[in-house]
Amino acid sequence: MSAEFDAGAHVAHMEKDMGLTIEDDWRPVIEAHIAATQKAAEQVLSFPLEDHVEAASVFEA
Amino acid sequence: MSGIADFPSLKAVEIAAAVQGGELTATELAQASLQRVDQFNPAIRAFTDVTAERALADAARVDKAIAGGAVLPLAGVPFAVKNLFDIDGVVTRSGSRINLENPPATSDAFLVSRLCEAGGLLMGGLHMGEYAYDFTGENAHDGNCVNPHDLTRMTGGSSSGSGAAAASGMVPVTLGSDTNGSIRVPSSFCGLFGLKPTYGRLSRHGTFPFVGSLDHLGPLARSARDLALVFDVLQGWDKADPAQADRPALATLSDLGRGTDGLRMVVAGGYFREKAEPEALAAVDTVARALGTSAEIDIPEAARARAAAYVITAAEGANLHLDRITRRPKDFDPETRDRFLSGTMVPAVWVQHAHRFRSWFRSMMREIFEHVDVILAPATPFAALPTGTKTITLGGEVMPARPNIGLFTQPVSFIGLPVAAVPVWLDGAALPVGVQVIAPAWREDLALRVAFQLEKEGVCRAPVASL
Repeated sequence: MSAEFDAGAHVAHMEKDMGLTIEDDWRPVIEAHIAATQKAAEQVLSFPLEDHVEAASVFEA
Repeated sequence: MSGIADFPSLKAVEIAAAVQGGELTATELAQASLQRVDQFNPAIRAFTDVTAERALADAARVDKAIAGGAVLPLAGVPFAVKNLFDIDGVVTRSGSRINLENPPATSDAFLVSRLCEAGGLLMGGLHMGEYAYDFTGENAHDGNCVNPHDLTRMTGGSSSGSGAAAASGMVPVTLGSDTNGSIRVPSSFCGLFGLKPTYGRLSRHGTFPFVGSLDHLGPLARSARDLALVFDVLQGWDKADPAQADRPALATLSDLGRGTDGLRMVVAGGYFREKAEPEALAAVDTVARALGTSAEIDIPEAARARAAAYVITAAEGANLHLDRITRRPKDFDPETRDRFLSGTMVPAVWVQHAHRFRSWFRSMMREIFEHVDVILAPATPFAALPTGTKTITLGGEVMPARPNIGLFTQPVSFIGLPVAAVPVWLDGAALPVGVQVIAPAWREDLALRVAFQLEKEGVCRAPVASL
């Protein structure tokens, strides 16, 4: 994943594609949230998984 | 036996025995609970809906049944449920303004029915963070639910009312939901015993979801014995929940007194100690000492497990609310609105990798549980925060409070392990703080045995708040 995730550009793009309403004073908070999610995802994606590791369709503990 | 005047501090086990034995009536208990709600709910905001008429009618039925020779495990026990549970005739709010426009539920949730069939008295629906996306107990629509032990503090969430109602003695038992920590966090902040059962153990039919692949339901109470009593009643197969596992019921109450001899118990180190405040670490160490263990294990990749739960929650929660958040974002609580909006923008590959990592983490934890029976960890990084706290500093790092209260609960519910949260009052402390007693999948009995042992020894206790 790109080390320089641009939260502002991502939100601007997705806002349009998803037909979302984002008011000006919400935007910085939403950008901060997607940046935090990207950071979490980066941590998850950097963990190498073997090809045979599957997601559970109905998860059982 | 105590009288009805002692109602606020009575445990469910004591109430059921007194009603069964004819020392108290269910009607007296329903009235005592309603009176307590009347007196303290305006300040605490634990209840959003009080079902007084139904409670009194149900109580009359229980009294009649007992007089007719019925044996009911929860005879006359008042209880209440987070307002994402369906209650016949009541709108299922799920902490939102939007769902208030829905028609009232036409039947009870499966678990509500189980408790009522066992003689329990439903007193109403309880406050929660909007759509369960919350660890604080704050809600822009309903006002903030506050901690009965200190009215300036958070209850924790999202099962805020479930924590506050039990801690304030309005009812001895409540039901909550836990996706990332929402039973264990209020248990910690409000000083209660809480049980998050194994994922797939209890039916969620008739409850409003948040993140279906992570959602659990379970009880909060003021004793470990009450948790076991209620958990045993709640179990039962229900084909209506597609995630419920077809497993035999596990009787926990009868084995509660077996003690902890022979159990291999360890303390979670590494991730679970790095960002904990001194009171959270002291609580874990107090519990470990009482159980005679000092062994510590590192749980590999716990931080990554938490990150994966975070990604799944963001995307799956936003998917559930996509239509609502697209059409009417202004009707959301601002604190959840911005998170749901950002969740609509999460790429699918991030989420799928998180789900695959979940399988890896589960396999790794299964190996750990071949060598240990119970793992101890903090439930929250600190005791209840002041209401309105926006940022916290942990391990020298400043971070937003709201999503990070569940740092230690998220990696555990991520793979559905059963946990009993137990309350510790450190010497001189004004507030409790909780410890997670984590057991292998499908072994709620082990977590409850440990919780009961700690309660019996006086290490863990859940007094009613002085109000």
